[in-house]
Amino acid sequence: MSILKILIVDDEPGIRSGARRILSNFKVDYPFMDEPIEFEILEAATGEEAMIIVEENTPDIVLLDNKLPGALGIEVLEFIRKKQLDIVVVMITSYASLELAVKATREGAYDFIPKPFTPQELRSSIENITKHIFLKRTTQKLNTAGKQIRFQFLSILSHELKTPLNAIEGYLNIIKERQLGDDIKNYEQAIERSIERVKGMRGLILDMLDFTKIESGKSTDKIEFIDIIPILQISLDTIKPFAIQKDVNVYLNTKDSVYIDFDKSQLEIIFNNLLSNAVKYNVENGRVDIWIKKIGDNIEITFSDTGIGMEESDIEKLFVDFFRIKNHQTKNITGSGLGLSITKKIIDLYKGHIQVSSILKKGSNFVLTFPIKQS
Amino acid sequence: MKKIILIVDDDVDYLFQMKLKVEHFGFEVVTADGQAEAEELIKTLKPDLAILDLMMENEDSGFILSYKLKNKYPELPVIITTAVTAETGMIFEHSSETDKNWIKADLFLDKGIRVDLLEKEIRKLLNL
Ligand SMILES: Nc1ncnc2c1ncn2[C@@H]1O[C@H](COP(=O)(O)OP(=O)(O)O)[C@@H](O)[C@H]1O
Ligand SMILES: [Mg+2]
Repeated sequence: MSILKILIVDDEPGIRSGARRILSNFKVDYPFMDEPIEFEILEAATGEEAMIIVEENTPDIVLLDNKLPGALGIEVLEFIRKKQLDIVVVMITSYASLELAVKATREGAYDFIPKPFTPQELRSSIENITKHIFLKRTTQKLNTAGKQIRFQFLSILSHELKTPLNAIEGYLNIIKERQLGDDIKNYEQAIERSIERVKGMRGLILDMLDFTKIESGKSTDKIEFIDIIPILQISLDTIKPFAIQKDVNVYLNTKDSVYIDFDKSQLEIIFNNLLSNAVKYNVENGRVDIWIKKIGDNIEITFSDTGIGMEESDIEKLFVDFFRIKNHQTKNITGSGLGLSITKKIIDLYKGHIQVSSILKKGSNFVLTFPIKQS
Repeated sequence: MKKIILIVDDDVDYLFQMKLKVEHFGFEVVTADGQAEAEELIKTLKPDLAILDLMMENEDSGFILSYKLKNKYPELPVIITTAVTAETGMIFEHSSETDKNWIKADLFLDKGIRVDLLEKEIRKLLNL
């Protein structure tokens, strides 16, 4: 059973016992959850007391009255933020002060409850918060390593394989049943899209193979001191037909040999992924530029494109397995969302770095740095 | 007058195929490819029923959209479609009145639902 701790901070005993009564038998049931969430109630009569309980008991939710004797509610809020505690704070206010509301929201207050509140108001606020906490923690759980991830990985994978299969099957049924009439021309889109989804599935399977190779082997034992340029050339040749089709020009701006310790096939995987993204998420008549530089004991490789770009908030998530940005520009582009996470895994094996900068509608830069020698 | 069904999904193929099916049932269909486009659409359009994908831009886009739709048109029946159930084993149905209150959807359907069942459910919600 899961229990969330709620700390009620109010100097009026009546409010505290009222809230306790309202929430004592309250349960929140979320369809994703195995079991309902219940609540344990803690009480504090002053701001100082609240801060002590916050430190000792780490509640999940704090219901905070602003008008307290001594330390104000807003100070408790600041205290929680400074300690970076994962606590959702709800302000209970008897007067609607805009100034307070603005300040409290800036300090991270999640919600406001008017005072006096009805049982229904309190319950529905707690319910919303519980939902918020649950979703947040579930996502956090998925992002931490472990067995859960394995399971999650497989279930997402099966989902990602099933979705295109359903789409293709759907189109085949439309064709079989002549749902669009007798003119074969009406079926062009259905056929085009089916081919596109087949391609997407093949891509996913290939990405999966790369992925498992890295996951299982962790091997960098085929490291040789190799020239980067010919490897890059192989990737360029692979991508060429696609680039022509997309009307994107790719320029390799460094022609001289640059040597580095690397496993050839792994370097190729990195280049294929970054290059295919730079072309895939580009615009008509766009360009991709590649530079290679030697800086001290490191090699820096830059892929710069004039494509659709990304928002700051999405950049952080790029290396998460299966992550794809969903918007108007990307909706017709197929992909597995594994390319960059594979890329990152290889980069880590070589103690390298990848840095991403991007401007929406302008383009993106992916800068790789690797030590020349692996010790 | 044909009833207007709003279908929202970020999978263009699913969207196209659903549109075809639902049109075949004899309804008029309006589509949107995500939460953002749908929110824009409903500013001017009042559908008779909405079919929303759960996971679009975000993992709970369908919930949020449903919530906003119901706020604007309290009587509008909303179906949330999902592929989550089968693959992840997550239980997915609202059993209690409380769930219904905040989830604000009338029905959850698996994306793989049979065409005849889909039609039946839509007609039921439209009282046809
Ligand atoms: N050069 C780029 N420009 C804009 N967006 C990009 C670029 N590279 C990657 N992305 C975004 O990052 C997401 C993840 O990339 P990736 O892991 O290679 O997966 P995939 O290409 O299969 O979708 C892509 O779906 C895309 O939205
Ligand atoms: Mg990619």
